[in-house]
Formats: sequence, structure tokens, C-alpha cells
Amino acid sequence: MTTATTAADRAEAPSRKPATMAQALNQALRDSLAADPAVHVMGEDVGTLGGVFRITDGLTRDFGEDRCTDTPLAEAGILGAAVGMAMYGLRPVVEMQFDAFAYPAFEQLVSHVARMRNRTRGALPLPITVRIPYGGGIGGVEHHSDSSEAYYLHTPGLHVVTPATVEDAYGLLRASIASDDPVIFLEPKRLYWSKADWSPQEPSAVPPIGRAAVRRTGRTATLVTYGPSLPVCLEAAEAAEEEGWDLGVVDLRSLVPFDEETVAAAVRATGRAVVVHESSGFGGAGAEIAARITERCFHHLEAPVLRVAGFDIPYPPPMLERHHLPGVDRILDAVGRLQWEER
Amino acid sequence: MTVLDTPAWRPRTDAAPLLPDPEPYRLLGTPAAADLDPALLGRLHGQLVRGRRYNAQATALTKQGRLAVYPSSTGQEACEIAAALALSPRDWLFPSYRDTLAVVARGVDPVEALTLLRGDWHTGYDPREHRIAPLSTPLATQLPHAVGLAHAARLSGDPVAALAMVGDGGTSEGDFHEALNFAAVWQAPVVFLVQNNGFAISVPLAKQTAAPTLAHKAVGYGMPGRLVDGNDVAAVHQVLSEAVERAREGGGPTLVEAVTYRIDAHTNADDATRYREESEVAAWRAHDPVELLERELTARGLLDDAARQRALDEAEAMAADLRERMHEDPELDPTELFEHVYAEPTQQLREQAAQLRAELEAERQS
Repeated sequence: MTTATTAADRAEAPSRKPATMAQALNQALRDSLAADPAVHVMGEDVGTLGGVFRITDGLTRDFGEDRCTDTPLAEAGILGAAVGMAMYGLRPVVEMQFDAFAYPAFEQLVSHVARMRNRTRGALPLPITVRIPYGGGIGGVEHHSDSSEAYYLHTPGLHVVTPATVEDAYGLLRASIASDDPVIFLEPKRLYWSKADWSPQEPSAVPPIGRAAVRRTGRTATLVTYGPSLPVCLEAAEAAEEEGWDLGVVDLRSLVPFDEETVAAAVRATGRAVVVHESSGFGGAGAEIAARITERCFHHLEAPVLRVAGFDIPYPPPMLERHHLPGVDRILDAVGRLQWEER
Repeated sequence: MTVLDTPAWRPRTDAAPLLPDPEPYRLLGTPAAADLDPALLGRLHGQLVRGRRYNAQATALTKQGRLAVYPSSTGQEACEIAAALALSPRDWLFPSYRDTLAVVARGVDPVEALTLLRGDWHTGYDPREHRIAPLSTPLATQLPHAVGLAHAARLSGDPVAALAMVGDGGTSEGDFHEALNFAAVWQAPVVFLVQNNGFAISVPLAKQTAAPTLAHKAVGYGMPGRLVDGNDVAAVHQVLSEAVERAREGGGPTLVEAVTYRIDAHTNADDATRYREESEVAAWRAHDPVELLERELTARGLLDDAARQRALDEAEAMAADLRERMHEDPELDPTELFEHVYAEPTQQLREQAAQLRAELEAERQS
């Protein structure tokens, strides 16, 4: 990953040490609260407890209850109140405790958050960040494991951002909070405890929202992915070397805006593409991405664009979830089906 | 002795002071009306007459195809006018789709108030300039917005109150519950005005709730409920003014139920004869908000034929102006559809805008 550092780097920057994505997210909230008095964090258990995943740990202690607020347990009310706060001029950062707990707020999101700027010809932009821990792989129950991105990316007016690295967790959250548009910020909960050499004392640059990152250049096929599936794809790319495949890996970082240029360039370079995500395949983000790759790169393609996704089933119970989640073998199997023999 | 007998558990608040009056509060026609400020009554009267004419004109515009739809507030003008006049210029109003009259009474150009219903854009007025949120079509969803704005103002030490309007049907929505709960927990400076007009399109209140009154719902949240005759403009104005003042001074939220009646059908597209008797409508026509006030004003010698005619003439001038301007076709720019989706359009939106521009150009050529 891009956050990997060499021994020489470490010598130059002795303060760098392994940090988790959860720590980077916490630091991004801290720095946003410190930088802008309009920023307010709110949600269920975000105060005294510091959030069920501890992403807001210490924020109420350090910034006060008015800046990091435990709300009543009602997601539509939380997001609806955030709309009014944003109308007044604040910059709310809302935590939805779990992916499936965000659904009660869906009407506020679709009917108001996504549309207020458009409805008022730009007079009432809503700079709201909605943080949602999403995805499976942590042995959680059914309603703590959903990949809900397709619901959001189908709603014009929302940005949909999801980090896959510790560095991006910091940078993309800072960028999302600074954005004047509403951002659905999907945090891959199984990467909360992933580590990288990253220092809160010298936080990474804040990347613009809407730029994909090429995590690995390849010559024979391109994996297009995001969020929790990035480490799986990088592992698959390493394993593929044994098969003689040199796979590129593109991390989208945001589904909306969708960085067509970076994806198209990476796919043209190889002529083959597999889109990987853990949410259900039918009508999922991968369908849109595969369609756009086909439209943009048709004459460069050596094989149909394939998708490796979760099955089209309700989220499985924890003891069966490994069969649902795309793993290295399923990705390599798809790569093997990219019509190599017809070259 | 159990833990319930110790301070570990105790009621959070005394329910009795929160309870609404047993009967809707009235002023007009009562001895207390003698204390009302004649200048205020005059203002309310002018606005009521104007509001009645506005509703008639907007309904006529639907028949002429100039409005896509109009949910009339005929019969409910007292609530609409009182809501607008109870607020100071720095306060915020959160209207529902039936509340264009309140928007107009607060000073918005009627043509701009009707933009949504005319269909040339979703909101015609600048919400920040007027401190009026866009008309909300999804029921009760504007209530948590009012709470959030009021909460933000309070956090900023800004003496601003928010008044949110909703109908009787809207009180069944989850957002009504969540908004009232948040408002009470946060002690947000917000006032909820429920216009109980008897019907949610066709469904009567009896099928909507088993609460003693809608005002009683306040008690469960720990805020006061007030019950008021929604056709008595002086009473509604006084109750709302007190609640707004209390909110602004840090006293917390209030739920006000104004008992009124929707004289017209739900909209011009609805047929009210399918679900209610004409005799019921006639009974409410005899309790008309304009007549109630005029009776009071006449009895106190504050309204003669000449003054009444002046109010009617002013209302007619407003209606004529509205009619004339609504008969002009609005200017439409289809490419604006892409301009306000995001602060900066995405690449995909830029491409779609280019496609639409090409289609428009081809239309012009043919």
C-alpha cells in the first residue's frame, strides 16, 4: 500500500509508528473540530463512551458536549436535526452506529439531504458528513454487516466516499467534512484495526474527493475495487504473480464522484478488468462500474468485464459469512476466466 | 423498600402543568377580547381578508392550468396568518405544503411562494433571505429541521426561535415523534403548530389517533401542550406569540394544537364528497375565521363598511397582480437542472448537460 514506508523513511521520521484506521479517523474528527468551530459531531453513544467502535473517543472530553453530542436513539431525528443545524450554518458530522441502523434516516437522506441545494438553487447547501461503519467480516450479526453503498450512490446529490487505507481514512474524512456537499462516508469496519505507519503529528495531505488511487500498476489485468475489498485485491494480486499474471489494482476511494478517467486508463493498459466488492452483485456498484468500463474501453478489452461480489442473499450469519465475502480464490478464479486462451 | 422508592428512580417532570386546557382556548367573543390591541386586530383582519382572497385566486389558477396543483388553506387562514405574524424577522418558519399563505403573509411575493405548485422550480424564494424553509412535501420531515436549526441558534447564543407547521395526519409520522423528543431533550427554542383540520386527505382524525387531543401528545415528551380554537385568529396569535417568546427566552419547546377545518378538498385534484357530509362543512362555515374577527371588530366599533371595503380592495389588488403575473409563462432554462446538484458538477453531469444542450440545439434547428 502507499502508506508502506522504507527503513530510510522511518529514520527521517522517527515519530511514525503503526496507527490504526480507527485512530486516523479519530484524529481527522479532532483536527476538523479544532480547525472549524462550525463542526459538530453527533450520534448515538459518541459522547462519554466514544462510540461503539471508539472512533469519537475523547472528543466530548476535549471539545465539550455541545461539539460532540450524545443524541436520543433515533436516526431520522439525528439526520433531520443535522439538516436544520446545517441550514443555520453549522457543519454536522453524524455517526450512524451501524450500516443497517442508518435505514431509518433514509427518508431524510433521500428527500432532503441530497436535494436541498438543488431545491433552493444553491441557497441552502447542506455540508453534512454521514459516517457509517459498513461491511462484514467482523463476525457481526445480520444487521451489523451490510454493505449499503448502492442505496446511496443511486441518489443524486450525495457524494459517497470510502477509505481503504489508514492515510486515506484521515485525509478523506477531513476532505468530506470540509466539503460543502453532503457526503456519505462509509467506514469499512473490518479495517478499523488495520495498521499502517502513519503519524498524527504529520497527517497526510487532504486528497480531493473524486480521485481514484492506483495502488498497484499491472500489465495483464486490472482489479477495480474500494473500501474493505482493497486488501483482499492486493493479496490476490500478489498471489497471481505465481500464476504469471501481473495485476493492477485501482482503489476508487469515492463511488460518487466516480473517477472514470483513472479507471479507464488503468483498464486500457491491461485490456482486462474485474470489479470486486463485497455487497451483493445484482444492481450493485460493480454493475455501474462494469458498464462504464465497457462503454469507455470497449475497443481495448480482450474479455468481458467480470464482477466478483457478495451473493444476492441477505447478509449471512457470522459462521457462514466467509462463504459470502469475496476472497482471494474467488478473485483469482475470475481472473482465470478472462479468456486468456483466446488471446 | 425497593430501589423504586429511592432516588434511583423518580419522575423527570411534573405532568400536570404540561396538560392542555380541556377546551380550545378562545379570545374573540369573550370578555378577554377587550384587552386586545386594536392595531394588532386591524393587521390580523387585513391579512385574513387578503389570505381568503389569495386562496380563492390560487384555486382559480389551477382551473386555468396555471398551477399544477393547489392545496388550499381556506378555512384555516387564522392559523396561517397567526403563524406568520407571531414571528419576529429573525425567527425561522418551517412550512408544510399547505402553508403557502403563511409564507405570503410573512412577506414573500405570492408568485415566488407558488413556484413549487406552478412547477417551474422546487422553491421560488430565497430561504435565507426570508428565513423560511422550503415548503415540505414529505409529511412531518420538516419538523426535525426546525429542531436542528433552533438547537444550532441556541448553541450560538442567538435569540432565534423556529416555528414548524404540520397537520393532524403528520402527527402520526415517526418524524413528528423524533422531532418533539429531540426538541424537549435539547430544550430547543422551537414551537410546533399542528393544524388539526379534521382530515389527512380523506382519513378523519378518529382513524389517526386515540390520543385525548393532539395537544396531549406534548406531555409524553415533557413539553407543554396548548389547545386553541384554530379559527380564532387572536387566540392563535396570542398562544403562538407566548410560545415563541418562551422558546426564545430559553423556556423550551411547545406543542400547539389549533382546531380548525379544511373547507376545501385536499387539493383541486381531490373529491371531498366521497368522504364527508356537506352538513359538516356547513357547520364549520358558520364558525368562519374572517367572520369571527369581523363580528368582534364591528361590536367594538373598530370596523365600518368603509374599512372593510378597503381591506377587500387591497386583497383584490393583490389577486389581480397575482393573476396577471401568473398568466405569463415562466422563463425556463433546462440546463439549470444540472447546476445545483453539487457545488461542482461531476464529470458525468457535465456530459449529460452537454447532451441536453445538443438536444435543445437540435430542437431549435428543426
